[in-house]
Amino acid sequence: MSWIPATEADQREMLAAIGVDSVEALFGSIPAALRMKSWDIPAGMSEMAVRNHVASLAGQNRVDHTSFLGGGYYDHYIPAAVDALSGRSEFYTAYTPYQPETSQGTLQSIYEYQSAMCRLTGMEFANASLYDGGTAVFEAATMSVRIARKNKIVVHPSLNPVYRKMLETHAANLELDIVTGDDPTDAACVIVQNPSFLGTVADFTDLAAKCHAAGALLVVSFYPVSLGLLKTPGEMGADIAIAEGQSLGLPLGFGGPYLGIMATRKDHVRKMPGRIAGETQDKDGRRGFVLTLQAREQHIRRTKAMSNICSNQALCALRALIHLSLWGKEGFKDVAIACHSKAEYLKKQLGFATILNEGPTFNEFAVRLPKSARTVAAAMLDAGFVAGLPLADVGAGEENDLLIAVTEKRTKEEIDAFAKALETASCS
Amino acid sequence: MQLIYEKSKPGRRAITLDALDVPQSSLPADLCRKEDAALPEMAEIDVVRHFTHLSQRNVGIDDTFYPLGSCTMKYNPKIAEVAAAEPGMARLHPHFSSSSVYEGNVQGAYALIYELERQLAEVAGMKAASLQPIAGAHGELTGTLLMAAYHKDKGNAHKDTIIIPDNAHGTNPASAVMAGFKVVEIPSDVDGTIHLDTFEKALTDNVAGIMMTCPNTHGLFEKDVARIAALAHSKDALLYYDGANLNAIVGQCRPGDLGFDVMHYNLHKTFATPHGMGGPGCGPVGVGERLLPYLPGPRVVKAEGGFTLAAPEKSIGRVAAFFGNFLIAVRAYAYLRHYGDAGLKEVSRNAVLNANYIYAKLKHAYKPAFPGNFMHECIFSATPQADLGVHAIDIAKALLDMGYHAPTIYFPLTVKECIMIEPTETESKETLDAFCDAMLLIAEKAKSDPESLNAAPVTTPVGRLDEVKAAKDLNCACL
Repeated sequence: MSWIPATEADQREMLAAIGVDSVEALFGSIPAALRMKSWDIPAGMSEMAVRNHVASLAGQNRVDHTSFLGGGYYDHYIPAAVDALSGRSEFYTAYTPYQPETSQGTLQSIYEYQSAMCRLTGMEFANASLYDGGTAVFEAATMSVRIARKNKIVVHPSLNPVYRKMLETHAANLELDIVTGDDPTDAACVIVQNPSFLGTVADFTDLAAKCHAAGALLVVSFYPVSLGLLKTPGEMGADIAIAEGQSLGLPLGFGGPYLGIMATRKDHVRKMPGRIAGETQDKDGRRGFVLTLQAREQHIRRTKAMSNICSNQALCALRALIHLSLWGKEGFKDVAIACHSKAEYLKKQLGFATILNEGPTFNEFAVRLPKSARTVAAAMLDAGFVAGLPLADVGAGEENDLLIAVTEKRTKEEIDAFAKALETASCS
Repeated sequence: MQLIYEKSKPGRRAITLDALDVPQSSLPADLCRKEDAALPEMAEIDVVRHFTHLSQRNVGIDDTFYPLGSCTMKYNPKIAEVAAAEPGMARLHPHFSSSSVYEGNVQGAYALIYELERQLAEVAGMKAASLQPIAGAHGELTGTLLMAAYHKDKGNAHKDTIIIPDNAHGTNPASAVMAGFKVVEIPSDVDGTIHLDTFEKALTDNVAGIMMTCPNTHGLFEKDVARIAALAHSKDALLYYDGANLNAIVGQCRPGDLGFDVMHYNLHKTFATPHGMGGPGCGPVGVGERLLPYLPGPRVVKAEGGFTLAAPEKSIGRVAAFFGNFLIAVRAYAYLRHYGDAGLKEVSRNAVLNANYIYAKLKHAYKPAFPGNFMHECIFSATPQADLGVHAIDIAKALLDMGYHAPTIYFPLTVKECIMIEPTETESKETLDAFCDAMLLIAEKAKSDPESLNAAPVTTPVGRLDEVKAAKDLNCACL
């Protein structure tokens, strides 16, 4: 087999050194009655056959449309160097940095990633990443419960409905009271999203003040690219900032791997779940980095841990860091301006539809079409476009409502053609 | 090495966008940030060199032998990377699964999910598997939530406790608590396996389940597993299988056949997907008959004319937004299809052979933690060396100087001065011989020159780092 180097001669020599006659003998501690009788696993395929087979499956997926689909996951341009650098096997084939002396690449990149997240969000501490944006909501909720010592979680209507469902699934067996609204009375936290799931941009500064007066935390779920322009969670007074980091250099990949971002204030850092890298020195005074505050974690605290989270998304965090470093201070702002401007340009051409957002939007907005959004989206596929997300399908709107997103990748020409096709599909 | 922020220079840029081809819009000032985010300002070559240099201060499995016990660091085949990079996989938008309108766009992905879930279930003797959980510990949490849903559905309100052996991974007790359970830890017997009498005493009517690793984290097959399963099931308690050590038995015996009701798989361990410095992982769950109706949903199912989605009758709901870490699953699928029936059986055979070979070569120099029958990993206690002033950590650091990654040390907590070595099947006899020579040399040096080992490592980019200072003078970001 390709990935097992042992030859028959090797096996014989090794068995002789061990002092047994056969490999079978090494499995002697498994009672015979428990050994596998049969299984239905197909025969193996050569590397070439595997490659062709996966390519043929990939070919059954359609990714050639011009896409205006967002809903929390966006088709942003990924600079070539992101793949080239994150693809270095010293990074992607390494494990958790249990031996910091030979893992400084991992540890320094995590420290730099944490720094980037703080600079982006206006917060003081970030962790080395969580699984994704949805599980980050659950971690932020339980972190709030630890800090505020209350069991009520208030979910603002702006939150992605999928995240809300994930929160309910994860908390099903905990004594958490999950309610909808914006009233922080008796609550551990209020969880908001900016821009909202439907794309509306808001300022939650007043809500932060109300939360703090009531002894609750404000948790802001943000869209990383929007922070090229928008007021930061830190500026609003948020206690915990969380995000789905896919938009920072990660492929859409049909759902993952993605990146859960979490940042917080100094007061709360010791209550924050997940890994954290910190700066320190060796005995010669050389700067180095280690995982720190590990006493909060599951491998030491077991039943009393902050969270069961064990892995993080270090490779995804590295991609986000490289992505942000390549765009840089000016480029990152330019991307945000392009996303916003192109979406506004499209919005102005949709006179045949009703814009549903109350208030300004960043790069995504909801429209009510003259007919079923599903019917329109199906017709748009034939015209070469992915029109957006029919909101009724995710329980976030009526039959005729469609969520449309625009990124920097869309050209004026594409947007013009899209607007025209959408009008034809909606009004014919 | 300098931080990327220290290399930044105002006005320098790497990548730029095309000029804006639509009128520029702006948002009201009170909704905008006051200052731009202070991201690095660098030329592309500076960014490329920075991260290339960082990578050179790291070691991965492509660089060196990584005998990290319980973490199963095997070679990550390159074909898997090619598979995951297929544009038809990598560029697929997950919300295509949110609306039936887009079902025609994702039939290849659905076919892969369906077949991978089926094969994972088959490998482990389970009825079905779900790719939703995003990591091994997330799979544990999902599994314990499934157990909770089962007991709730049956009206077993009193079942609020989970039994966990003391040698379990720390994630087991943490996951059980996050799913709302109390935890009773039970000690291992002197032979390193579960103490049956203690287990029976702990198995009250309140027990909802038991979480086991098999082979356990002592590297030993739980000889009483069938008896434990029968006892647990007689009280309607469920058995959870921690898939951390599945590599040792794949193709030899199956958790489902051993009596386990629910499990997680670590795709990076058994199915060789890269672990990326700490993640991403991917931790699908498998379930037997009892827990089938509660699986996370929606699930990919076969329908007339193609694949579609349906939620199991009593589904616990979504634990992930979509289908878990799909591109990791694509890698695991490529791995499974390459090996197939016969190849998978060779995996465990060679993993166990390699571990026993290392054990045979080192058992006279280091103290075996248990009297033998190790499976895929062998565990030593460096107490004889510690008596000479050389601790497990010194041995680990000396190995770094000799060009190896260190084995796992000080885990499990049940073994003093623990050194846990797991070679996996992808290492050659030559590599194992050279590694064992290094370990034997260290054992000699512990007698002749212990101070040199206390000073290790000296050839790495930095020496031993002050972890106390890192926690005390907390500096976790350059602001």
